[in-house]
Amino acid sequence: MDLNLFTRHDEYRWQINPRGRMRVPAVLFADERLIREMDDKVYEQVTNVATLPGIVQASYAMPDAHWGYGFPIGGVAAFAPEEGGVISAGGVGFDISCGVRTLVTGIPATEVLAVQKELAMVLYRAIPAGVGSTGGLRLDAHEMDAMLSGGARWAVARGYGRKEDLLRIEEHGEMSGAEPDEVSDHAKKRQRDEMGTLGSGNHYLEVQQVMEIYDAKTAAAFDLRVGEVVVGIHCGSRGLGHQIGTEFMKRMAMAAGRYGIELPDRELACAPLASPEGRAYLGAMRAAINCALANRQILTHLTRAAFAELFPAADLALLYDVSHNTCKFEEHVVEGRIRQLYIHRKGATRAFGPGHPELPEVFRDTGQPVLIGGTMGTESYILAGTAESETRAFSSACHGAGRAMSRHAALKKWRGRQLVDELAGRGILIRSPSSRGVAEEAPGAYKDVSAVVEAAHQAGLARKVARVEPLACIKG
Amino acid sequence: MAGPGWEHFHHVADIGVRGHGATVEEAFVQAALALTAVIADPASVSPQSGISVECEAPDRELLLVDWLNAIVYEMAVRSMLFSRFAVTITGQRLHGQAWGERVDVSRHAPAVEVKGATYTALRVAQEGGAWVAQCVVDV
Repeated sequence: MDLNLFTRHDEYRWQINPRGRMRVPAVLFADERLIREMDDKVYEQVTNVATLPGIVQASYAMPDAHWGYGFPIGGVAAFAPEEGGVISAGGVGFDISCGVRTLVTGIPATEVLAVQKELAMVLYRAIPAGVGSTGGLRLDAHEMDAMLSGGARWAVARGYGRKEDLLRIEEHGEMSGAEPDEVSDHAKKRQRDEMGTLGSGNHYLEVQQVMEIYDAKTAAAFDLRVGEVVVGIHCGSRGLGHQIGTEFMKRMAMAAGRYGIELPDRELACAPLASPEGRAYLGAMRAAINCALANRQILTHLTRAAFAELFPAADLALLYDVSHNTCKFEEHVVEGRIRQLYIHRKGATRAFGPGHPELPEVFRDTGQPVLIGGTMGTESYILAGTAESETRAFSSACHGAGRAMSRHAALKKWRGRQLVDELAGRGILIRSPSSRGVAEEAPGAYKDVSAVVEAAHQAGLARKVARVEPLACIKG
Repeated sequence: MAGPGWEHFHHVADIGVRGHGATVEEAFVQAALALTAVIADPASVSPQSGISVECEAPDRELLLVDWLNAIVYEMAVRSMLFSRFAVTITGQRLHGQAWGERVDVSRHAPAVEVKGATYTALRVAQEGGAWVAQCVVDV
């Protein structure tokens, strides 16, 4: 993007002052190179979001922002219900509550490397991944509704994982306000066989080695040590979330006119929070959040069982579980006043700082873990929420590397088999049912995750704690 | 323009599907083939068994998204891929049929699931005597 489009506040903060129908400014957090390389569509979308009714303070974009659906991926926006504020299906995304969780194994990388191939194979067998894969459990109507209300808490009650995991999941594993009745039969049917599946595309389960610690005190609190192994799981609410996104996108696009909302882009489809459509979406979206939390909880159980085959004594404690496609009702300070707002984070991670009342005791001094996934060939990062993040973008940070190249272009440039061999040469084992899927997800098709994380760190959105690198990756 | 056909077009995170043909219906059929091709080579999918879908939307563009989303849904709940399609449009209603088979991972080598068809780059229009039907699908 053209740097002249922005007023530069500091090295990492770029503002677009309100013009036309914008109600608030747009603010982007990134370094100069990331801004230059950012898609022009980000400019269009972040300013479009600023025109929506009831938006508070500013429309934000994170350092990994790229072209999304209505909202940019990496978009953050807050809405006040009492000011006609809206909720947008595109502002949450099709994969509702897609997110990342990290398990800490305490196993030295040397021990994993000694059985690296076996571990990759055991995990590949244990984790249903890719098109057409099904999970081991099938939910009847009653259990489906119980899952949609109970989230990870439901999963733990059914024997997937442990009670102490729940403390280390946003919303303590159970999103309140879920309305299973607002979830269509189609969405439920689409989920019937998909509980405990990874999905495809950019979703993964990765065995990672801690390579570097940036903040020793926080790393100790997070139980992270250089040379030890952690497991990262990236996936979301599967078919149920996709179907809810699809259905409400249409419903909101058709309803917006009735509420006098002029949409600059049909993808921005939204409805007032106080409208029947807004309330219905909120209930359905929260049910989908529970579906994602339950899904990652089941995958955690499967991962633990797989590890136990080779490492019977390993514990695999949950560090934390974050969702990066959500709309959540939160308290934030705006111009010195506490406001209750609905915060959309589309491809953005919540990053509550130290002392935040919603954090469990264990993270009160450190801030919450902010888990940033890289690509299958590159590093991922573990960050922590900062106090100043609240004054930046409602305590939000980036979520990943962000694509730099289309799947189409990636497919022309890389061959799956060749990539798998190259990565194996660098000590990273990829296991995937789809060679083409691997090519489309080539590490080179993504932005430099380190640059994105550095910008988030420097901008005060979150602070770096540790860098991890992949040893094995299960791709859908 | 030559006979009916389909292609993919660029989107940075996802992928665009475009069908063209002499009629809107033909363009919709080709767009559905482009949708299958996001996942697997349509030529590898045998049109063994058929399903039908009904859609309704206030305009042609929303109808295209509904049609593609109906196929996405059928693929998901039946674990099927489709390689032959037929479409009839009457006013705001669409009656569609799709023929295909169950996903066979070793034979179809499916690359990616489609989450849904979107309103991005959505266009149904007549261009130089032929119809074009396109949108971006989220994968």
